[in-house]
Amino acid sequence: MAYLELRGLEKSYVTPRGTTRVLGGVDLTLEDGDFVAIVGYSGSGKTTLVSLIAGLLRPDAGTIVLDGAPVTEPDPERGIVFQQYSLLPWMTVFENVALAVDAVNPALGRTERRRITDELIALVNLTPAAWKRPRELSGGMRQRVAVARGLATRPKLLLMDEPFSALDALTRATLQDELLRIWGERRSTVILVTNDVDEAILLADRIYPLTPGPGAVLGPAIDVGLSRPRERRHLSLSPAYQKARQGIVEFLRACRRGAA
Amino acid sequence: MTMTRATTQRILLPLVGLLAVLAVWTVISQTIARDLPSPARTWDESRRYVLEPFFKDGEMNQGIGRLAFYSLVRVGKGFLLALAIGTPLGFLLGLSRAFHLAFDPIIQFLRPISPLAWLPLGLVIFQKSEPAAIFTIAVCAMWPTVINTAAGVRSISPDHLNVGRVLKLSRWKMLVKIIVPASLPYVFTGYRLSLGLAWLVIVASEMLTGTPGVGGFLWQEYNSLVYSHILLSVVTIGAIGFALDRLMGVVEARFRSA
Repeated sequence: MAYLELRGLEKSYVTPRGTTRVLGGVDLTLEDGDFVAIVGYSGSGKTTLVSLIAGLLRPDAGTIVLDGAPVTEPDPERGIVFQQYSLLPWMTVFENVALAVDAVNPALGRTERRRITDELIALVNLTPAAWKRPRELSGGMRQRVAVARGLATRPKLLLMDEPFSALDALTRATLQDELLRIWGERRSTVILVTNDVDEAILLADRIYPLTPGPGAVLGPAIDVGLSRPRERRHLSLSPAYQKARQGIVEFLRACRRGAA
Repeated sequence: MTMTRATTQRILLPLVGLLAVLAVWTVISQTIARDLPSPARTWDESRRYVLEPFFKDGEMNQGIGRLAFYSLVRVGKGFLLALAIGTPLGFLLGLSRAFHLAFDPIIQFLRPISPLAWLPLGLVIFQKSEPAAIFTIAVCAMWPTVINTAAGVRSISPDHLNVGRVLKLSRWKMLVKIIVPASLPYVFTGYRLSLGLAWLVIVASEMLTGTPGVGGFLWQEYNSLVYSHILLSVVTIGAIGFALDRLMGVVEARFRSA
């Protein structure tokens, strides 16, 4: 049995103007330690898919099984980094991360939980800002806090929903590099959802295109044949990079032509 | 030191407004309402109450500071009672659909009832004027707190609630860590409006119960035909109401930016 298995996930939304079928039978299989990316156009149902895997939404049909257990509700074993950070504005950086650490480690003593929280904040290079509130931070710093919070529960699966799309290009590049470094240290299983093909190639082992909706499904996986650790500088010149990029872009373009 | 044009205007124009009102008041007191004391006469007859604000000659003849203090204590008690009842009520309304369906119609029904209607009821229930006055203040002042708190709870961002859901926080933790802090700005707006109402009600309740305070004094001086003291009371009530609102505004702004 695979580590994570999605089978025939379907989800529709009922609106006053009728029913919109967002996902039309999504299948996905992941092994422990995989880093995969799901790439699709805006509005194709990426966030819906993340919400289903997180357990925040219930599918109309289909099943999700993680590590042998069916997913029916949200759980700290599935961490999420939201697109809009979703930090609690009345809490400091430390408190935002500590909320997650404390939630999953009720048996540990206060000093031990504090140590774990400090460690996570150090991991995302925010120790000097630990006592600031989110509104005092830049977008990039806020998203680092969200990453630290996502990792704080030591999740079996980390879901990232367009985590860097609200950031400017330079900050985005820095955070992508940091994510590579952090993943190198922690090796958790990650699903990164993005509309940025280059980001997907830089970070993931495998990329699934999500066809444009309605009734979106995942296209065939494209393996990123790049060795790790990866260096942004050399990446765009390598043939493997060119091949992966071409594969995804052409698939998504073909879908769009077919639909139009 | 040079003052900018904007600063000069900010100081000068309110003074112009004040002088205009005093002028209109003077004209009215000289023409259509000859019983109304002019500003100068009002000051003359009120001077002692203002300059020695804490003298006490008798139960109903005291400096304006002392009278205001009695009223403030009474309003403070009623206001705190309103918050103590209104805040949890607001959270329940915002959190529970069943509770909302059960009690929202009654609240909308009770809300527009005038303090003049509640006070006799308070006297019937408590048989004494002081608790009746506090009851009236509380029952009239709590509605903005109830309604704003409920609105605050309902307007919490789903993203913030999802953070709690993903972490599987207990109901208690969810309340303390997310729901209460997220709705605080609304709650404090409710508190500010409630305090304004509480101060509005004090005059009516003191008039009817005859308890010592600014409102009681106002009514007594009307009955004794000392009209200048009515004006003294009115100005005092306005000044204190203004100060209270500013004070709560500062508190509210603190929570809004947090």
